[in-house]
Amino acid sequence: MVTKTAPRANSKVVGWERRPKGLVRSRSARAAGLAASLVLLGLVNLASIAFGSKQIPFATVIDALFNFDPELNDHLIVRSLRIPRNTVGLLVGAALGLAGAVMQGVTRNPLADPGILGVSAGASLFVVVGIYVFGVGTLLGYVWFAFAGALVASLVVYFLGSLGREGATPVKLALAGAALTAFLASITTAILLIDVATLDQYRFWAVGSLAGRTPQVAAQVAPFIAVGGLMALVSGRLLNALSLGDDVARSLGQKVGLSRAFSAASVVLLTGAATAAAGPIGFVGLTVPHVARAITGPDYRWILPYSAVLAPVLLLGSDIIGRVIARPGEVQVGIITALVGSPFFVMLVRRRKLAEL
Amino acid sequence: MSEMSRATTHTLQAQELTLAYDKVEVAKDLSLSIPPGKITCIVGANACGKSTLLRALSRLLKPQEGSVLLDGQCIHRLPTKTVATLLGILPQSPIAPEGITVADLVARGRYPHQKWFRQWSTSDEQVITDAMVATGTLDLATRSVDELSGGQRQRVWIAMALAQGTDLMLLDEPTTFLDLAHQVEVLDLLVELNHEEGRTIVMVLHDLNHACRYSHHLLAMRDGRLVAEGTPEQVVTEAMVKDVFHLRSRVLPDPVSGTPMVIPIGRHFNVSEEDSIASGTAAAGVPGGRHA
Amino acid sequence: MPFRTPVLDTGPSTISAPSDAVSIVARARDAGRARGAVVGVVLAAGIAVSFAISVSVGDFPIPLAEVVPAIFGFGSPDAHFIVQTLRLPRALTALLVGGAFGFSGAIFQSLARNPLASPDIIGITAGAGAAAVFIIVVVGGGGLLVSLGALAGALGTAAAIYFLAYRRGITAYRLVLVGIGVAAVLSSLTSYLLTRAQIWEAQRATVWLTGSLNGRGWEHVRPVGLAMLALFPVVLLLARPLRALQLGDDTAKSLGVGVERYRRYLILVAVALAAVATSSAGPVAFVAFVAPPIARRLTRSSLTLVPAALAGALLVLLSDLVARRAFAPTELPVGIITGIVGAPYLLWLLARANRVGTGG
Repeated sequence: MVTKTAPRANSKVVGWERRPKGLVRSRSARAAGLAASLVLLGLVNLASIAFGSKQIPFATVIDALFNFDPELNDHLIVRSLRIPRNTVGLLVGAALGLAGAVMQGVTRNPLADPGILGVSAGASLFVVVGIYVFGVGTLLGYVWFAFAGALVASLVVYFLGSLGREGATPVKLALAGAALTAFLASITTAILLIDVATLDQYRFWAVGSLAGRTPQVAAQVAPFIAVGGLMALVSGRLLNALSLGDDVARSLGQKVGLSRAFSAASVVLLTGAATAAAGPIGFVGLTVPHVARAITGPDYRWILPYSAVLAPVLLLGSDIIGRVIARPGEVQVGIITALVGSPFFVMLVRRRKLAEL
Repeated sequence: MSEMSRATTHTLQAQELTLAYDKVEVAKDLSLSIPPGKITCIVGANACGKSTLLRALSRLLKPQEGSVLLDGQCIHRLPTKTVATLLGILPQSPIAPEGITVADLVARGRYPHQKWFRQWSTSDEQVITDAMVATGTLDLATRSVDELSGGQRQRVWIAMALAQGTDLMLLDEPTTFLDLAHQVEVLDLLVELNHEEGRTIVMVLHDLNHACRYSHHLLAMRDGRLVAEGTPEQVVTEAMVKDVFHLRSRVLPDPVSGTPMVIPIGRHFNVSEEDSIASGTAAAGVPGGRHA
Repeated sequence: MPFRTPVLDTGPSTISAPSDAVSIVARARDAGRARGAVVGVVLAAGIAVSFAISVSVGDFPIPLAEVVPAIFGFGSPDAHFIVQTLRLPRALTALLVGGAFGFSGAIFQSLARNPLASPDIIGITAGAGAAAVFIIVVVGGGGLLVSLGALAGALGTAAAIYFLAYRRGITAYRLVLVGIGVAAVLSSLTSYLLTRAQIWEAQRATVWLTGSLNGRGWEHVRPVGLAMLALFPVVLLLARPLRALQLGDDTAKSLGVGVERYRRYLILVAVALAAVATSSAGPVAFVAFVAPPIARRLTRSSLTLVPAALAGALLVLLSDLVARRAFAPTELPVGIITGIVGAPYLLWLLARANRVGTGG
């Protein structure tokens, strides 16, 4: 006669972190949500082609797409300015969203954003060196330099932030990133002050913008974003296991070191390509995975695709706002995303019970 | 030398306390009185509100309703420094700043007795030294707290609490990181402080048997309510253990101290229901029960 | 009744105190204090020497023997002019700014219980920077107006961060994170302003943003000097509650420290010092970060306020010396030197701390 006492479902648990559950938990619901997000993305896409610094009537936009007339200026704007810009925005947005989600999963850290972790400072420095030392002047030319910079910086930050028994904790990574950012910024500034021409060129790139992005830019970064994106989407399982902690992951048969390296490689590819194409844009990588997580719950196999779809929505949306509010000029997308992203981030920090350190 | 002249008359009571964290209610309608000059233990299962109650009693947590009375006055209305000279709490996970030495850490316990213009006196030195001697941490005086083992660190924190020199000492799971020998050493020390200096001691202990052995008064909590109060013999019965801890057990007299000793049954030993649930008093001196 | 009420047999305690127990403890505590004093004296001496050298070297070198008279108003008219109008105010600004940043960083790091917290990280200096760039680019102001704007920007940002992080009290962790978020917005705005400026304005703004002591005169010395004079005693008074706060909120409350109140005062003082220092010299990168850990390692103490200020002063003085003379006649902004030196040291600290397992 063994009496088993049923564990009392005590909802009044105190001191235990309430794990955020997603709004949408069944598989079909998540799939439906993803489909809805894709539709949303499609709409934003259309909007970003339809709206811009110049007001072009909607009918003309449709015309430009289907009855292209190279003589018409408006058609040229739509075809050779807006569509490539839109494409780059899509790629960059998806890349940043994925990179942010993977970074957060790899580092088990809700504050991971490639920008905050010093990667963009690395890309910037190498771009400046490229301008100053190698005389690089075109967007295409920046791509490789930005890549290399992103690689070096991310390796250093991750390495430093994960030394020690506890591994990477939010504050350690954020502050290691900030330290590295400041260091690289020092060197960058030194070069900028030595050569005014470099400064003149760099300051426009540094803001983060989709203006003037040509199809060649898209073509150049697309392969890297494709490869990185594929690696990221595939690593959903890996990230789920990693999120349980290294020891548990190992006991589940996961090769922790290899998984981390694989995921980190995808982050570098994605962030490097995105920064190369559009300059350093912050906050997309930070905020979108949280929105995704709020919808889907902590399963990375869903967080990743949602991030990949919702991030371009944010980016293109910000771009549209930037182009519309300052006609006939524009406010660069990098500014708008920070203005939109930061209030969200602060709200997140205020509301969410993040694990104390 | 009778030091019983220092017998404390400081009283600590709770009146209809309702305690909550972030609007989530943890305890309701707690009313109790801590017997002065005695050792009281609060016991209960995890998340039953023991630590919360202790924090409320020490004014670290403001009650949603009800009040905590120190010497008859609402503790939150007294100046915090005054309270600090009468009541000290050793919380569960205290933080030691990087690089601090043992002597410095213990010394910080004297804060409530110092004013900014009179920082240090010889009596302060003596108190700190006595605290370190009593906890056996004197030879660690120059060591950095970071380097110490869990047990050593715990004793250093207790020394700091001692150095605070309060009549009422509240300790939240003071024996958690200690091995058995050190657990007993710390509890023995607390008994001495109570016996020789008349300090009132209130502890949260997770080990029920230690609680029975070392306390005069026991408070058993479940789901934020007080379910039993009294001496260990009155409180710790097989029925209570089943009720509070959801555990079937036998309760026998401890062969060394004579206080109740809880022996869990678990799922793999076959003891009949009638044998194990005694009728209020632990008449389980009768050995045997059926074994598989 | 099978249970016996325990008769606790408390015989004489088996622990006997050695006769010199008190002196053991006293010696343990004095050792720490003595070391702190020695370090302080050494740093002060270093500051005096660097100060003298700073005043002495330059395009118009003044022999060391003439430096002291020139400072006090005697000596040849040329030396007098150069010292009084150029070098002395610059060196004093360096000293005071370094000291203010050192204090500020030490307070922030103790409050956050994290050796990597600092006013620059938490966005206050970003606020100063955004305001300063605004004044340079949009208003077209210079000198004093920029300093005033920077001060307003820093204080305004600090208030905003405080209120945003306040949620039934402040935790240092939340403060740091909100600061990081706010800093990102402000630096975004700053970059935007830089793109809208004429190139020479952008260059001027970039120099200011790096942290520079070029052209600092008496009008820059006065605000920092007054702030240090007023706040130095306050810092010393707050040292004791800070020591208690270091033990964690619960223990501090148990010891009778009004935790919320004192944390507020400490943050106020630290912010005021950082704000004034930034308004005088721009956000001199990393002094507030690096000076406290240096001081802590030298004194082996758990709380160093004055040594941190001294270390900061020495760091800025030396960096300015290098910045001025290393590539003469070009003068680099001092912030570049402190950043290039400070950050690797900091990253090394992080690597070491992590390895020992006490990081974060």
